[in-house]
Amino acid sequence: MTNKNNLLAGELERLGISRRTFLKFCTSIGSVMALSPAQAAVMAEKLVTVKRQSVIWLSFQECTGCTESITRSHKPSLESLIFDFVSLDYHHTLQAASGHAAEQAREQAMHDNQGKYILIVDGSIPIKDDGVYSTIAGMTNLDMLQQVAKDAAAIVAVGSCATFGGLPKASPNPTGAVSVSDIVHDKPIINIPGCPPIPVVMTGVLAHVLTFGIPELDSMGRPKAFYGDSIHDRCYRRPYYDRGQFAKSFDDEGARKGWCLYELGCKGPITHNACATVKWNNGTSFPIQSGHGCLGCSEPDFWDAGGFYKALSTGTNSPGQWATAALAAGAAAGLASAYLNKSSKADAEKDHQPVTLEDMGGKS
Amino acid sequence: MNEIELLNWARGPGLAYATAIMFFGLSIRVIEILSLGRPEELAEVRDSGVRDGWLMILKRSLPEVRHWKYITASYIFHIGLLVVIFFFIPHTHLFRDVFGIFWGGWPNYIIDFFTVLSIAGMLYTLVARFYDPARRILSKMSDYLAWLVTFLPLVTGYMAFHRLGLDYTTMLAVHILSVELLMIAIPISKLTHVVTFTMARWYTGSNQGRRGVRS
Repeated sequence: MTNKNNLLAGELERLGISRRTFLKFCTSIGSVMALSPAQAAVMAEKLVTVKRQSVIWLSFQECTGCTESITRSHKPSLESLIFDFVSLDYHHTLQAASGHAAEQAREQAMHDNQGKYILIVDGSIPIKDDGVYSTIAGMTNLDMLQQVAKDAAAIVAVGSCATFGGLPKASPNPTGAVSVSDIVHDKPIINIPGCPPIPVVMTGVLAHVLTFGIPELDSMGRPKAFYGDSIHDRCYRRPYYDRGQFAKSFDDEGARKGWCLYELGCKGPITHNACATVKWNNGTSFPIQSGHGCLGCSEPDFWDAGGFYKALSTGTNSPGQWATAALAAGAAAGLASAYLNKSSKADAEKDHQPVTLEDMGGKS
Repeated sequence: MNEIELLNWARGPGLAYATAIMFFGLSIRVIEILSLGRPEELAEVRDSGVRDGWLMILKRSLPEVRHWKYITASYIFHIGLLVVIFFFIPHTHLFRDVFGIFWGGWPNYIIDFFTVLSIAGMLYTLVARFYDPARRILSKMSDYLAWLVTFLPLVTGYMAFHRLGLDYTTMLAVHILSVELLMIAIPISKLTHVVTFTMARWYTGSNQGRRGVRS
């Protein structure tokens, strides 16, 4: 018989969380993931009866922003419930143990939950020069990822660094940073990009994994429930875009009236994330609402997609300079060609030998 | 390559290469044409030809009653295309980025209207070209290709704006790539007329004027 203390039911009791609060959590998760109300109830039922899930969290080339985003989301935090429930067996920033004891905890968790634990990764993996640019306990990130991923049930890549390489991969990518999916090919990988990702997206996906398994993913491995729409499609400023009303600067009349930020570099049209619907800081706001364009942080290579303040329709490789250089080169080539044409014409005229009637066999 | 990488390539290296090819090609062609000069006049030159040159540019731009349907469709398509290219707000930002000049844009519903007109005009010219025996005989594969590379940016741009077909990111990438194809085709096909049409008309008109024929 399963010990209730190992189940979420026991954990909720211990934490003094009422059933009402827990149902509220499941309903909010269910609604942001567009599950039916019935499924939210099923999620609640399943969550209380599943065993504490072992989670190993590996942090590689990252800034800890993803962990900060999730752990400091807001208080009282419904999102934190999920962290109270899972058995977070290894996490650099959050665990009390350090040094050998920390590594031992990881190895123990891997051994005890072989094939069952969930591996969460934040940060990119440097592979240049045998991965020497980031090591933990003398082990390169590459080796550690391969070792831990081998017996994981599923992998959740959190943040744009783990999902797409992120900032460390930005040109010229000095450490040879790559994403988790560039290295691991034989395990289910759920990508939760964002710099950082939205806390409820993270907990929603974990709750879904624990209850219904891996959610439906898009072509980039992102859960469709959160990344199915673009920021632009869900943006409350969209009507201004459609009408062609754009803020020209951050403090002009258009900006004060809340017009579209496209001309100021908003990357909302090509960015898939839930910011415009779920929002940040307990649903308070999101970048566009605060008057700044979307940076496109949940898309690959957002750091190298041109300037943050340049409109999406502009080029990223200074086409103006290319145009000037090409005009000059074309003019030089045209003049050279003109000179060649003239000289071959002059040569032809010089070499021209008039044909006389005698040459043609006639009589003069 | 995912759709974002495709878009980044189209906005980055793709646009830079296409810009370079177009400006290099147009520059070399215009200078070559100008350097050819005029043939020697064997008869006495009667006029400077300047007035007739300008008149010819104007005259050849006026509509004619003959083939009025085809000409109207061509007008609609050319005017619509110019409006869409130079006055769609996102496009104006590209021009500002390349040339440093900004002239502002027109509201989206106006651009949308002209896009549909242009598409309709282009479709009419294609059908007319195909069904009219004389035009069909005169048309070569290069004519149809020139039509196609002009048509694609219009249709893909319209589809991207209205979120039709592929997802927006891919559609936007396809639109930009189709524009780059057009940019490359301009200096190496009859589409060079985007810059040479005034030169050619002026030359014809002034030549006639020099020989005493009024434009």
